[in-house]
Amino acid sequence: MGDAIKKIQATGLMRKLMGAYFAELDQAATTRERKIAWCTSVGPAELLRSFGFLVYFPENHGAVLGSSRLAQELIPAANARGYSPDICSYLTSDIGSYLKGQTPLTKAFGMAGPPRPDVLVYNTNQCRDVQDWFGFYQREWDVPLIGIDTPRSLGDITRDHLDGLIAQHKALIPVLEEVSGVPFDLERLREVVASSYRCTLLWKQVLKLATHRPSPITFFDGTIHMGPAVVMRGLPQAEEYYEVLVAELEQRIADQAAAVDGERLRFYWEGMPVWGKLRDHAELFANQGTCVVASTYCNSWIFEPLGCDDPFEGMARSYTELFIVRSEEYKQRYLKSMCDDYAVDGIVYHDAKTCPNNSNCRYGLPQRLARETDVPYVIINGDLNDLRLYSEEQARTQFEALIEQLQASR
Amino acid sequence: MNKVFCGVDIGASATKLVLIDAAGQVLARVVRPSGVDYAGTARHCLETASEDAGADAAPACTVATGYGRDNVDFATEKRTEIHCHGAGCFHLAQRALSIIDIGGQDNKVIHLDDRGRLQEFKMNRKCAAGTGAFIEEIALRLGLGVAELDSLAAGTDDPVSLGSFCTVFAKTEILSHLRQGVPVEAIVRGAFVSVVDRIIEMDPLEGAVMATGGVVAHNPTIVEILAARLDRDVSVPESPQFTGALGAALTARGLFDDQPEGDT
Ligand code: SF4
Repeated sequence: MGDAIKKIQATGLMRKLMGAYFAELDQAATTRERKIAWCTSVGPAELLRSFGFLVYFPENHGAVLGSSRLAQELIPAANARGYSPDICSYLTSDIGSYLKGQTPLTKAFGMAGPPRPDVLVYNTNQCRDVQDWFGFYQREWDVPLIGIDTPRSLGDITRDHLDGLIAQHKALIPVLEEVSGVPFDLERLREVVASSYRCTLLWKQVLKLATHRPSPITFFDGTIHMGPAVVMRGLPQAEEYYEVLVAELEQRIADQAAAVDGERLRFYWEGMPVWGKLRDHAELFANQGTCVVASTYCNSWIFEPLGCDDPFEGMARSYTELFIVRSEEYKQRYLKSMCDDYAVDGIVYHDAKTCPNNSNCRYGLPQRLARETDVPYVIINGDLNDLRLYSEEQARTQFEALIEQLQASR
Repeated sequence: MNKVFCGVDIGASATKLVLIDAAGQVLARVVRPSGVDYAGTARHCLETASEDAGADAAPACTVATGYGRDNVDFATEKRTEIHCHGAGCFHLAQRALSIIDIGGQDNKVIHLDDRGRLQEFKMNRKCAAGTGAFIEEIALRLGLGVAELDSLAAGTDDPVSLGSFCTVFAKTEILSHLRQGVPVEAIVRGAFVSVVDRIIEMDPLEGAVMATGGVVAHNPTIVEILAARLDRDVSVPESPQFTGALGAALTARGLFDDQPEGDT
């Protein structure tokens, strides 16, 4: 069974880089020689790096808690403190991890726990939960909590939206100067944004290679290999990593080596991964000759407007033009173009109980898109981290039935 | 000896097995509780069915379906319940259909086109509301056998309303109805209405509708309530509990026919 999943050789380099990233954070947390900022995954990381902050992303920790299935033991501890089982299970896993003093970072990187921050910085572009999540730590540690409040469900993004968001980015500067002790440096910000932009282009190139038939990469690979694009964007290591990954995947294409042997069907995954079942899902699809070639999730860390001349304009647009921030009409157009670009045969929508923000099947979108494209779909009920909300049997039956349906129609 | 084809549907509560001949005629049907040893139950069903059918050779091809489809060691292939219910119902109806299958643990809605091809399907959310498990729980709370429910529900036109999605809360509601002296018939009918409500929430259910599954087999009153709600006939096949196993057997026959050396 395990053979169905093709190992990407660059994984070793990625682990090395991630190890160094966490080691640096851990050292700073111990010596307090460098300042640490916590940032939401699509928050203003470039601005923070321009002040010399080491940037830590709690959502990455959330995903690790989910993949390791430790989340199961931790979520109830947060529930018991009043954080409902119905809210973001990254939040409840992470707060549970803090309350119980348990984290997979210990085994993986020898860390006692996540590095304690000097400042907490959020952007509500993705959800309101991140603000409440960081609010917990603000009260615990009495560190500044600052952020950007982005309007959501946006159709067109107007000049007014952008001007307001640019002003909000700039309003963070005095606090960041004070905490870091470093004056704002526009040139430094330009450099970081330029590096982040180069990372984005490389990451986009990685994902676009999946338009090739057979695809050299699956969505499940993507969820692992997006790590550097999330946590190291703005650093040269991220660029270095994706150059290596792109080369390996291009070689796969040259060798006609498929990520899924005998690729017969190509699926799109809409919504978050079920982290604790990632490997099972990867094997299930691979064993049925189905490659999940693309996803909204992995594509959400492509920030092309970072390439524009003004770094503030670039950040404001990048973090607002994202899928998760947009209207249903925009999302339908986006998914339609993904179906076309990646020649998708079927769509899996993951209705993640604790993340309505990444569950795009609650307002009739799958039905409308299916009428427009004739691409069949399934909706599985589950969750990113809380496996109490996931039924293995129902998901498996639905995946297999969609595959049967498509095979029968060929 | 004529060839025999086997379909076995291992559901959460019952295992159903059907043997057919090359013409698609049913030779035997067997049902028994799935228990804990799926493989053993499936073999046992096959032995009984083979005896009933007077078949002395093993089936030429077997397809397994249902939750336990991976556990049947004598199966040639497996297919999902969605596929098999579709195949079984289309064989019987020969027309475009919306199928409602009420199983022990889940409900399904399956849409077929006029050539029997699967167009769309849905399963209930991860919850026992509206399934056979819900009805079993209600029977337990009322101290009744599941076999007694249908005639009770048929005996009244005046169901109580059970407002809760949740099986456990519905049981609490039942307690309060009992305290108020509501007749048990009204409570059972209320539970049936709640099953129908859960199904109607799943899909608009356009076109011809067929109902299948063990719950339908034992509780025709549920189908009556459903038909009244939809304001349309709801057909029920002759052995509604066996459509998945029948579809599996027909699929087995199809697979055998497709083999290049199938006739040898
Ligand atoms: S977007 Fe969803 S998963 Fe991410 S932090 Fe917000 S609620 Fe949690």
